[in-house]
Amino acid sequence: MAKEMMAKSVAKDSSGAARAAGAELPGREMTGAEMVLEVLADQGVKHLFGYPGGAVLPIYDAIFQQKKVEHILVRHEQGAVHAAEGYARSTGKVGCVLVTSGPGATNAVTGLTDALMDSIPLVCITGQVPTHLIGNDAFQECDTVGITRPCTKHNYLVKRIEDLPRVLHEAFYVASSGRPGPVVVDIPKDIQFAKGNYFKPKEFQHQGYKPRLKGDPDKIKAAIELMGKAKRPLFYTGGGIINSGNAASERLRELVKLTGFPITSTLMGLGAFPASDPHWLGMLGMHGTWEANWSMHDCDLMICIGARFDDRITGRLDAFSPGSKKIHVDIDPSSINKNVKVDIGIIGDCAHVLDDMLRIWRASAPQVDKKALAAWWQQIDKWRARKSLSYKNSNSIIKPQYAIQRLYELTKDRDTYITTEVGQHQMWAAQFYRFDEPNRWMTSGGLGTMGYGLPASVGVQLAHPKSLVIDIAGEASVLMTMQEMSTAVQYRLPVKIFIINNQYMGMVRQWQELLHGGRYSQSYTEALPDFVKLAEAYHAVGIRCEKPGDLDGAIHEMIKVDKPVIFDCVVDQNENCFPMIPSGRAHNEMILGDAGESVEDAITEAGKVMV
Amino acid sequence: MNKNMSSTSHYPAAPVLQGVEVHTLSVIVDNEPGVLARVIGLFSGRGYNIDSLTVSETEHQKHLSRITIVTRGTPMVIEQIKNQLDRLVPIHRVVDMTVAGPHIERELAMVKVRGKGDHRQEALRLADAFRARVIDATTESFVFEITGASDKIESFVALMLPLGLVEVSRTGVVAIARGPEGM
Repeated sequence: MAKEMMAKSVAKDSSGAARAAGAELPGREMTGAEMVLEVLADQGVKHLFGYPGGAVLPIYDAIFQQKKVEHILVRHEQGAVHAAEGYARSTGKVGCVLVTSGPGATNAVTGLTDALMDSIPLVCITGQVPTHLIGNDAFQECDTVGITRPCTKHNYLVKRIEDLPRVLHEAFYVASSGRPGPVVVDIPKDIQFAKGNYFKPKEFQHQGYKPRLKGDPDKIKAAIELMGKAKRPLFYTGGGIINSGNAASERLRELVKLTGFPITSTLMGLGAFPASDPHWLGMLGMHGTWEANWSMHDCDLMICIGARFDDRITGRLDAFSPGSKKIHVDIDPSSINKNVKVDIGIIGDCAHVLDDMLRIWRASAPQVDKKALAAWWQQIDKWRARKSLSYKNSNSIIKPQYAIQRLYELTKDRDTYITTEVGQHQMWAAQFYRFDEPNRWMTSGGLGTMGYGLPASVGVQLAHPKSLVIDIAGEASVLMTMQEMSTAVQYRLPVKIFIINNQYMGMVRQWQELLHGGRYSQSYTEALPDFVKLAEAYHAVGIRCEKPGDLDGAIHEMIKVDKPVIFDCVVDQNENCFPMIPSGRAHNEMILGDAGESVEDAITEAGKVMV
Repeated sequence: MNKNMSSTSHYPAAPVLQGVEVHTLSVIVDNEPGVLARVIGLFSGRGYNIDSLTVSETEHQKHLSRITIVTRGTPMVIEQIKNQLDRLVPIHRVVDMTVAGPHIERELAMVKVRGKGDHRQEALRLADAFRARVIDATTESFVFEITGASDKIESFVALMLPLGLVEVSRTGVVAIARGPEGM
């Protein structure tokens, strides 16, 4: 009893003083470094991505002396964080990272920001110089908590060994609950050496931070009422469904089936609803399909679940879905009414709210306007018939869209996970690779981090050793974190790096063509490595394919190899990614790829404004 | 095609600002290192305004501090500020005093005035009228302590200006709800 109360009071006060009593508690005594490993094991962590350095040596010593947690040695700290993101995104677990002080921490910042933007649960442990040297400009010192404050969900600097077990367990709780995100725990070297008492996670309960899971029942009822009366309804879903877990994805499928409403999703939400289902309209937004964007524009009821009205989705805000009532379900209250004013904002976890929605819909059995819905679907079919993703294929040169289509056709019946880098290839992958399950699609959405895909694929492959893991890459992006090939080879992770190689930073080139008068400033890479030889230098396998006729055979060969592969797919340099909503325009002002002259017009006009 | 598309950036044009309101927020936080930096960083990082901010530990047993923030923005921005604050892990509660009901706002200022003769007399008379106390005096100066709503302090300072105002130190606004209930 006394122990319980004491644990509670320890957890309650997170401020520093009044915790001297900790020493009286009957916990197991160990060093701070040992505690780190103990916490990881207790939290069920199997893999830890990291890179050693002076300020984390005691923790690395503890790693050496245990077997529960496997350490994955990356080649750069950014790679460690992206790998942990891939691991987390594909499993739903918390990804774990260990880096040293100073440059170790600053190198991790890009990955942390990426995880914050895409709500990926991470715990990143950073070493710090000994407490008496903090603020002294010591060797490899940086203000880690200061630097990572705006790019983490929360962070801690642990200055007392008594605080360490609580803080570490709390970090896992904060990272994984509510809207997930990265948490940094900065541990000075002397704290890693210090001895203290260790406690199991169940003895801790966070007092202040308790995210709300259940939505307001009255608001859910009101939402169902609107849904029952809607004539042109549309589900608009996002990464929140994936973060909420498989249950949310299942409930969503049920609700769509029950209501018969069409559904579109953001980049982050792909796979939550099967792309093979007839209710699926494809991705929406800047490079979304004609039918998805027109439906967004013309719907009379928008049901947004776990998405956040990002500027890449809404386009011009004052022309965004002008005639619709909007329902928004999100676990983060700050997402509601941030960009777009909604009529009903429901704060809660997607799975919980979807559960209630299903229950209330079934109980109230609303009389839907079948005639209006049929007319709505007819309209949608007209938009679909526009075939907005079509492109002109070629016999002599590989079109990037064709490459991804073939990749999809040849891998769809396998247990496949896809990661991407950032740019044109990412959008084509989102358009042409069709996902039927959640957690199969790992991409950097919010931050748009080039170099995300390769390390992420390392993390995914580690979590799913038997599965086929492919990084659909661009040649520019992949060079940013190419060093992680070395990690893949070391741990025998047979990731497939499928490079859509057009020698340009394709999306930059596309914008320069459309908006900057075709002045391709610095977007062409004049000296690319020979990717086949590069693969061989890493002791991996290199494949190059330049002809559409050879593509299928080459992809088969890639799949067959039980080693990491770099696949250099040489594609048309001039292909643009369509449809496209130019910046600052509305959903009904899309440019299409096959529109020929009208594209030229749009370019000239935009160009005029520019010049 | 839309002719007024003038954007050369990736992003939509800035929205036209609606009416700006001033709100007073009371925020209960864990008194831990860095918590103030989190709050201030949120305001600067997201481009919100701080008119004034005061902070002190108010519940020693629980190590809770109370921050009073006076901020301004459109209703949507004010709503965002509250939600973004609420999202910070060490923050327990955010209450918008401006909408929560009747409340009292007070500020304390120390006002240093230097002068001789008539000016000195006048400063004392005005201080009396404003119920400002003399908390330091020399033969050629006073320091007045004045509490009250911000506008009262503003007017007092304005009156002292021609009488030899040297400097002002102000606490910023603290606020509390009227009536028997706590926040």
